[in-house]
Amino acid sequence: MFDTVWLLLLTPLGGSLIIGTLGHRLGRRGIALLACGVVGLAFTLAAVGTLELLKLAAEERSLESTLYSWIALGDFRVSASLLWDPLSSTMSLVVTGVGFLIHLYSVGYMAEDPGFRRYFAYLNLFIFSMLLLVLADNFLLLYVGWELVGLCSYLLIGFWYQRREAALAGMKAFVVNRIGDFGFALGVLTIFLTFGTLRYAEVFAAAPQLLAMGSATATAIALLLFVGAIGKSAQLPLYVWLPDAMEGPTPVSALIHAATMVTAGVYLVARTHVLFELAPLAAATVALIGVLTALYAASIATVQDDIKRVLAYSTISQLGYMFLAMGIGAYAAGLFHLVTHAFFKALMFLGVGSVMHALANELNIQRMGGLARRLPITSLTFAAGWLSIAGLPPFSGFFSKDEILAAAFSSGHMLLWAMGMATAALTAFYMSRHFFLVFLARPRTSRDARRVEHAHESPALMTGPLIALAVLATLGGWLGSSLESYLEPVFEVAERTSSITLTSGPSELALITWPLAAAVAGIGLAWLAYLRGAIDPVRWARRLGPIYGLLKNKYYVDELYDALLVRPVVGLAELLAGVLDQGIIDGAVNGIGLVLQLGGAALRQVQSGYVRLYAFTFFLGVVGILVYLIVR
Amino acid sequence: MLPLLSLTIFTPLLGAILLALIDHREEAAIKAGALIISLITLAAALMLLILFDPGSPLLPFRECVPNAATMWFEECYAWIPQLGIRYHLGLDGISLFLVLLTALLTSLGILVSWSITARVKEFMILILVLEAGMLGVFLALDLFLFYVFWEVTLIPMALLVGIWGHERRVYAAVKFFLYTMAGSVLMLLAILALASLHLSQRGQLSFDLPDLQRLSIDAGTQAWLFLAFGIAFAIKVPLFPLHTWLPDAHVEAPTAGSVLLAGILLKMGAYGFIRFAMTLFPAAALAAVPLMVALALIGILYGALVAWRQADAKRLVAYSSVSHLGFVMLGLFVMNAPGMAGGLLQMVNHGLSTGALFILVGFLYERRHTRAIAEFGGLWKVAPKLSLAFLIVALSSLGLPGLNGFVGEFLILVGTFLHQPLWAAIAATGVILSAVYLLSILRRMIFGALDKPDNVGIADLSPREAVVLATLIALIVLIGVYPGPFLERVEPSVSALLEQVEAAAAAQTLSLTGR
Repeated sequence: MFDTVWLLLLTPLGGSLIIGTLGHRLGRRGIALLACGVVGLAFTLAAVGTLELLKLAAEERSLESTLYSWIALGDFRVSASLLWDPLSSTMSLVVTGVGFLIHLYSVGYMAEDPGFRRYFAYLNLFIFSMLLLVLADNFLLLYVGWELVGLCSYLLIGFWYQRREAALAGMKAFVVNRIGDFGFALGVLTIFLTFGTLRYAEVFAAAPQLLAMGSATATAIALLLFVGAIGKSAQLPLYVWLPDAMEGPTPVSALIHAATMVTAGVYLVARTHVLFELAPLAAATVALIGVLTALYAASIATVQDDIKRVLAYSTISQLGYMFLAMGIGAYAAGLFHLVTHAFFKALMFLGVGSVMHALANELNIQRMGGLARRLPITSLTFAAGWLSIAGLPPFSGFFSKDEILAAAFSSGHMLLWAMGMATAALTAFYMSRHFFLVFLARPRTSRDARRVEHAHESPALMTGPLIALAVLATLGGWLGSSLESYLEPVFEVAERTSSITLTSGPSELALITWPLAAAVAGIGLAWLAYLRGAIDPVRWARRLGPIYGLLKNKYYVDELYDALLVRPVVGLAELLAGVLDQGIIDGAVNGIGLVLQLGGAALRQVQSGYVRLYAFTFFLGVVGILVYLIVR
Repeated sequence: MLPLLSLTIFTPLLGAILLALIDHREEAAIKAGALIISLITLAAALMLLILFDPGSPLLPFRECVPNAATMWFEECYAWIPQLGIRYHLGLDGISLFLVLLTALLTSLGILVSWSITARVKEFMILILVLEAGMLGVFLALDLFLFYVFWEVTLIPMALLVGIWGHERRVYAAVKFFLYTMAGSVLMLLAILALASLHLSQRGQLSFDLPDLQRLSIDAGTQAWLFLAFGIAFAIKVPLFPLHTWLPDAHVEAPTAGSVLLAGILLKMGAYGFIRFAMTLFPAAALAAVPLMVALALIGILYGALVAWRQADAKRLVAYSSVSHLGFVMLGLFVMNAPGMAGGLLQMVNHGLSTGALFILVGFLYERRHTRAIAEFGGLWKVAPKLSLAFLIVALSSLGLPGLNGFVGEFLILVGTFLHQPLWAAIAATGVILSAVYLLSILRRMIFGALDKPDNVGIADLSPREAVVLATLIALIVLIGVYPGPFLERVEPSVSALLEQVEAAAAAQTLSLTGR
């Protein structure tokens, strides 16, 4: 077991290092084979490891292996150790599985790019970092993976570094994440102060004894960790980096900014659920922020025209669902949605990449249309993703979203449930709008129509992964019950303490009907507006002027942050650098120097060489001393 | 046993004398000679590392008066017996890595000075004299000897800035010299006061550190003496608001000068606080904690914010040093093992990463004859190796986990948090700001469009340059992934020192209240 997990972790790192150092000798083919090969191997190892885990009794499915002692100083001891349990194995399978398909796709997508080698070196490094994040057995090693995935995200968002926007977006992502990590780091420090250790097993075992239910410390720890999750998983109010992250290559958006990295915050809450269970206030905050973000981002997505940014806001929104699940204690349901979302969102992003490939990187969905005929595989597979996220059975998203909404309902918080339901309707609407405008609607102008006529389906290297992901997005829902029973031992504590059971609520059928109705309503409205032409979206936009403007401009949050945060800090820094540092502090230093210089010049007059002056001075001195002695 | 410490100190000095004998026109021979001498010194320092055995108990002072303090490879001889001045050297976990860093950065400094054409002989001689002085500072255990070495470093550095510097070199050199000299004078007075205290209490003069540590000094005197030492060290660190000599000196200094200035000379100030100010005046040091922490925290945030607004790459790195050294001082003055070990590690880390940053800016200056950040952009396109090195070094400097800076910074945060969580929270905002200014310099220099015609012809790293940066980066990664060898050597010395400070402070309070 030891070998398998470490090999799983280190294989992609090896790939990255080899490509980074010797890649120029391998050629594109060699790089492609190596990059995909190591991720494929990692997936195989993860699968083998999962099978090994399944052979054990459920309560024994938690294996640790230590490589060496990383930082040891007095009581502060952290080792490089990995944890292999159902949660980390599930995450590993998703990361390497979806990661492998996206690597394959990238070989086709990036074929002409001069940065081919750099791209795959970063991409393999990302897989390593993400695996480190999910496999770590303590908070500090998790933090390493946590920041390394951020680094890869930064590098890949800014992959086309010559574009100013790309370089800026990468930096924005890193800095905003650092703000979240600030909270995360303080959370880790508080954990060390409270428990004297950073190992999960020890912390979670001691937590019920050391932390009283609802105590301030428990709440502080959980909330601080959640601040980190908010940054990484792009929730309110730190989501602003994710839409800009779309500057990166589209497969990167699929892998990092949809399927894997952004789910790290959800993973963190799931992993530390013991702490959240002890802090009901923090858990409620998680649920509330989650559902608010879900609704908020979905509302923005309804009016955006950038083919990738719609999906970005959709990702933010879907992550909100997952946090809603975490906050109400439906951990397994949240992770189930994490998995299905990884399938259908990666699928849709890759589909978008295929569209961009066909239309010379066009991003505006208003300038597309009718692509279904030209891109049959892309549009069919995309449809599977669309129906999945919209929540139609039997597609996977239906099952996972339904479970979250059902859990929200049975938790008794009707407001959470209602907001989740509204989000479901909005989601069905904006994704249908997206699908219709791109693939089914008639092109709006004849120029667009001509361009669409010249579109060609992507090569097999790209459509292959699309098909595989479409199958997963369609059938993934059937994984639900087995996934949840597999994860059950991890969340055992939660099962005992939380009161959520579906049997106590209303009948299963009633619960399914509501989300289904919401989905149908959303799809129907989009159909009327964008295919049937029964509703004119332009007129409605005018009629709803202020609201439309607010949504179109994303609630002006970027502008708000700029005015309230960025500019004041820049102003302060300018003030410190210019006025205080150079003017006052250095001015004082040079002032003292000047005074001494002038004083020296004045005193130099005294050193005139005239003996009579010296004699006079001497005389004055003697008189002075005498006077002093007498007066005393 | 061989006097290893003396050998380490005097190898570069001897080498400087040998270089003086070579004809100044033989530039290649002088450069090669200087490099070889610095490598021999590095080998000697590595011997110290190998022979230093953290597993066995530390050797107590043997030849001088027995003492609780613990040192290795100690040498102790009477030097000027009439005045009680001794030639007393010793090494512990606190000085070990600073000695190694000195030897390493000197070798690298010589390698990056290959392009120097003016007065090569004088340049190399000064570098080697400077090295001897720096090594002496970290090894001296007699205060007079320490002071001599301290001053020995001052003159070569001022000359390096004043002769081989850029446009405003004389201004910067004079400022550096006078500023540090002002501090040194205060320190000298305090040293003389200590020696005379020893005379009045023990009947004879002594400058020996262990002797002076056993004096009983009342709180008022301690405060004054701590202040005198503290100002000298604080200028060197430099602690806010005594830092404005630093950007000027850095901007004007030749690359090797900047590397040694940032890498080693600043550490002399921090080291002075640990070795002398804390152990000689423990009660005053403990009383000064709030003040020192406040200045350190201001330095962290202030340095970062000011660095962000600089238009000159070297000034940016210089102000980042103010921020980083704020972290170091914070770690040292929270007075617990994680903080102090983290502070020490961060001293080494700063030497590696900031040294590398100055080297990179220097390489770019040699190619473009400008340090203005706005003059660059899109360098990745023409110089990918240089850009990659820049990226890794900047990431190390901003404390990316997996690289060296994170381990030091996090230990400092742990130490600070154990002491006072709020301080740790303030310090941690500095971690956000460091990302801001470092990523911003990356964005403006190596990323972005390659739109300046002068940059199109920029050459990537030469093999010599690549060796220098690869060495630093290898250590950056090694310490980040496996800091164990560092920490296990540092920990016993740090614990011993902290115990000593606490015990002495407690004893002094006791004796004062009991009186």
